[in-house]
Amino acid sequence: MEFVRSHILVCAGTGCSAAKSMEIIERFEEHLSRHALEKEAKVIRTGCFGLCELGPIVVVYPEGSFYSRVTPDDVKRIVEEHILKGRIVKDLLYHETVEEDVVSSINETGFYKKQLRIALRNCGIIDPENIDEYIAFDGYSALARALTEQTGDEIVDIITKSGLRGRGGAGFPTGRKWMFAKAAAGDEKYVACNADEGDPGAFMDRSILEGDPHSVIEAMIIAGYAVGAKNGIIYIRAEYPIAVARLEVAIGQAREYGFLGKNIFGTDFEFDLEIRLGAGAFVCGEETALIASVEGLRGEPRPRPPFPAVKGIFGKPTLLNNVETYANIPWILQNGWEAMAEIGTETSKGTKVFALGGKITNTGLVEIAMGTTLREIVEEIGGGCPGGKKFKAAQTGGPSGGCIPASHLDTPIDYESLSAIGSMMGSGGLIVMDEDNCMVDIAKYFLDFTVEESCGKCVPCRIGTRRMYQMLERITEGKATMEELDSLKELCEHIKANSLCALGGSAPNPVLSTITHFREEYEAHVRDRRCPAGVCKKLLTYKILDNCRGCTACARVCPVGAISGKVKELHVIDQDKCIKCDACFEKCKFGSIIKE
Amino acid sequence: MKSLEELKAIRERTRGQMNLRKEDGPDNTRIVVGMATCGIAAGAKPVLSAAVDQVGRRKLDHVVVTQTGCIGMCMYEPIVEIYVPGQEKVTYVKMTPERMEKIVAEHIVNGQIVGEYTIGANE
Repeated sequence: MEFVRSHILVCAGTGCSAAKSMEIIERFEEHLSRHALEKEAKVIRTGCFGLCELGPIVVVYPEGSFYSRVTPDDVKRIVEEHILKGRIVKDLLYHETVEEDVVSSINETGFYKKQLRIALRNCGIIDPENIDEYIAFDGYSALARALTEQTGDEIVDIITKSGLRGRGGAGFPTGRKWMFAKAAAGDEKYVACNADEGDPGAFMDRSILEGDPHSVIEAMIIAGYAVGAKNGIIYIRAEYPIAVARLEVAIGQAREYGFLGKNIFGTDFEFDLEIRLGAGAFVCGEETALIASVEGLRGEPRPRPPFPAVKGIFGKPTLLNNVETYANIPWILQNGWEAMAEIGTETSKGTKVFALGGKITNTGLVEIAMGTTLREIVEEIGGGCPGGKKFKAAQTGGPSGGCIPASHLDTPIDYESLSAIGSMMGSGGLIVMDEDNCMVDIAKYFLDFTVEESCGKCVPCRIGTRRMYQMLERITEGKATMEELDSLKELCEHIKANSLCALGGSAPNPVLSTITHFREEYEAHVRDRRCPAGVCKKLLTYKILDNCRGCTACARVCPVGAISGKVKELHVIDQDKCIKCDACFEKCKFGSIIKE
Repeated sequence: MKSLEELKAIRERTRGQMNLRKEDGPDNTRIVVGMATCGIAAGAKPVLSAAVDQVGRRKLDHVVVTQTGCIGMCMYEPIVEIYVPGQEKVTYVKMTPERMEKIVAEHIVNGQIVGEYTIGANE
């Protein structure tokens, strides 16, 4: 790599790419060459910086200037001012880094200060398509040491002692999983990576693969060595095109450097990787369904045991871990198991990546030490709910998890405490809801997802989730009785107990947790035929108050002609005609229209 | 990839450049070139390029090259300031690419301030 005095890092993750970061890169190259700076400053595509809300992100080194919401038109100024004359363009910087005209480090801002980046250690720092940059940050050194100095047993032992648990959601101890796969009989084994990230709003795995694909590849080779496997398979959904492309580039480079193939590091060990694309079915994130899909069969789960460690892909012993779990492995081997065991709580060690979404100021990707409280994530890192709205609940674990109310905001994040309050760690989606969200509607939304994604193999899930959905629909329409609320709970327990796989087994969680924590909201829907948050349309009535000025704006915007009245006189809504489209409510400038 | 040495060689080769992306540490030596309008008009751009070129060739991983604005002594431009940790700042004036090369070699590599180019000698 030639020496330059400045590096311009542009986020090329999915979020920022969608916000024109590719065009920004082109503009940079164009303006740099116009000022003959191309030999002094280099544009580098990186992975996700995490602060997706403020993308596209551009960071200029050596100053470490963090530019946010950059548009292609801003590039000219950055080049002419910052790169050419050394004058940081302060008004384009992330506002949190500028206080009274003084620029502070990005690591001092609320969003980054509380984070601890292990799985995301290289994201937003290296060029994911340049293996040398990964190596420069100690990449593949854990592999080198493993192959030349350590035995498989030693490696499994280190992973076990580190306390690492599966980051895909269930939290099974990773070391134990490796031990089982290692102990399984047979000379042909598989090491597989579950990159079938399907929770709505979750994009941790995608960002790791886009920002640091080599960390996963290195971990899989180490896993292959530790458990005695020659073949690796990464199962990733086809709707992650950037991640797939980066993985392909990375695998190609790893082969070229001899990290994949025969005689790795001059030893007898051989290992190779291939990518299998999934069509995006949620159930294929379940391990037995994933294995079926890899084999070319329909993505349906099967009962366990036998567990994949004994009988997995093509009937061979298979070690299957999630992307984020793998991304932790090289770090543990480089820094020792003690380093990870020091971080976190009694039962949950290390860090967890969360995709923050919903009603939160800093939408994006964060990595925090286990034991950090939900309040710290939502209020300090996430910056709270926008518009001064009141926080109502946080949903973790996607369609398998539950809602955590404000009263539990001080719960430390770890596998056990989240389960204890009726949610789960899950893969790391964290959706924040404010006072404008109806909890019954949220539960219905997640159930709608599960109904769509149920594979249909077992009855409790196929029919049960649909019945649950119908019951929720009746509640949101004000047709349900209090007895139905009880039978809904009963059905939930039944589905939980009898489903074949975790998809069905966890599908009732969003309903159960909202009934537990927000029962009064369910009762308001059922008993009072009222939606307190004003979301469920069928339960809303639009009314015009006496302070109506008779401006006729509402009558003109109403698509069904339900509003009548003369100019400068009180208008009236015909409730029989009203379709509750909200158009009049949004149009009224005088706050004369209310919904209740 | 046959050996640890090979891996180490790649790491060392790339790491120097990557240091640029760490937060500017207190241990870094800084070469600061005045790149305001006055500096550019007096020929600061080739001086800056020479600094970058020299630092790159000599693999000086601990050296950062940056720019600054006008410090009010336009008649002395191009001006280059060198900050070595723990030492007083040294200001060089009326710089040329040739002078820059010499300063990198003598001041930064050998620790000998080039007295004749400093502001004190030119006042």
